[in-house]
Amino acid sequence: MATIDFHPLYLSLKIAVIASVVVFILGVFLGRVFARREFFGKSVLEAFFLLPLVLPPTVVGFGLLIIFGKNGWIGRWLLEWFHYQVVFTWIGAVIASIVVAFPLMYQSALGAFRQYDYRLENAARTMGASEWRVFWTISFPLAWPSLLSGLVLTFARALGEFGATLMLAGYLPGKTDTIPLAIYFAVESGHSEKVTFWVLVIVAIGFSGILWLNQWNRRKNKQFQSDSLEG
Amino acid sequence: MLKVAIKKRLKQFTLDVTFKMDDEIVVLFGPSGSGKTTILNALAGLVRPDEGEIVRDQEVLFQNKKVFLPTKKRNVGYLFQDYALFPHMTVEKNITYGVPKRTMPEFLQQWIQITGIQHLMKKYPNQISGGEKQRAALVRALAPQPRLLLLDEPFSALDSTNRLRCQDELQFIHRKWRVPIILVTHDEGEAIKLADRILYIEKGKIIKNKVKPKMKSQGL
Repeated sequence: MATIDFHPLYLSLKIAVIASVVVFILGVFLGRVFARREFFGKSVLEAFFLLPLVLPPTVVGFGLLIIFGKNGWIGRWLLEWFHYQVVFTWIGAVIASIVVAFPLMYQSALGAFRQYDYRLENAARTMGASEWRVFWTISFPLAWPSLLSGLVLTFARALGEFGATLMLAGYLPGKTDTIPLAIYFAVESGHSEKVTFWVLVIVAIGFSGILWLNQWNRRKNKQFQSDSLEG
Repeated sequence: MLKVAIKKRLKQFTLDVTFKMDDEIVVLFGPSGSGKTTILNALAGLVRPDEGEIVRDQEVLFQNKKVFLPTKKRNVGYLFQDYALFPHMTVEKNITYGVPKRTMPEFLQQWIQITGIQHLMKKYPNQISGGEKQRAALVRALAPQPRLLLLDEPFSALDSTNRLRCQDELQFIHRKWRVPIILVTHDEGEAIKLADRILYIEKGKIIKNKVKPKMKSQGL
């Protein structure tokens, strides 16, 4: 156990946290807009958002390579203007996690903003509330339990992301070696002790995240049920 | 003086209504789906009419494609059909939502006393009864001191005792605070009891405009 390098844990958590923050903000914004507004081309855009959910991660990774590679339209621009390359960096792993985890957060946010009566927002507007105030005092608190579920799923998905990350960031020990990649390459090289360790770590993180969420939801439900008026 | 002349194409028919009112209680009476709530929504700025105008005193709230004052600037109190109390806020927080700095001015404390909901201030909407919700929602609608009060079937979910009590309270509030009130109902008894004027609506048109000066009850 003394030979275990903890870099994959640090890197995976860093990538998952950054990706979750970006995906949460994007998902909440787009989920709110798409839950409330109708416009031309909405279905096509929604299908595009959800595409990473149904495609093999390797296909998503290949698509990202095309976009962020040296000759890709963003990759070339980044190289020319900032002399920066995303491929084979931990930023590439963040981008892969964002793209793969986004549909989960978007779906949760869409459901969250559709589940309560939109007239509550209208009631706030009639009392002089700005759109900003309506969002922060009505929409967000009412959607929060579902948004939190989405956030936990997003974090777990980002933490476990493998296929697209391997395609875009590769496996460079000490640089892009996330836990899932470390497990794969430890299996390949026959380091069973390492494999067991990282498998236990990732199971523990995933399990405690879900356990905490369930407990939180149960506490919340219990409070509402016991307070409800009977009859 | 509120002047309303609006048209809006709906799925089944075109809403086309014109009326004027002073600081009185006008009841929109008619069957479900006749466009009554759409009229309230247009007045509140929650629905945009296709054409026409809405003018309150000298203030233009809506005029064809030129003016559309957003809801937050209309100073309208709206009591929604199922009250739309914010479920995550206490009754007190609900009531003070539209008050600057979320304070509890004296006039508001009076309404709370009159409606008898002072003991509910720390409760959440899911902890109070239908009649209590109705009264809390009414006080909440009055809290920003609106210049027009819109009530969408406010008493439909109440039993007959509570309904009578709430109707009396509404008349009392109107006598104290001469603000124009537009009330939607499909209970003819309620319409006759409360209205200074009844607008009979059918398929988006006013088919009868009946002034009832002697029909006001004695109230509380």
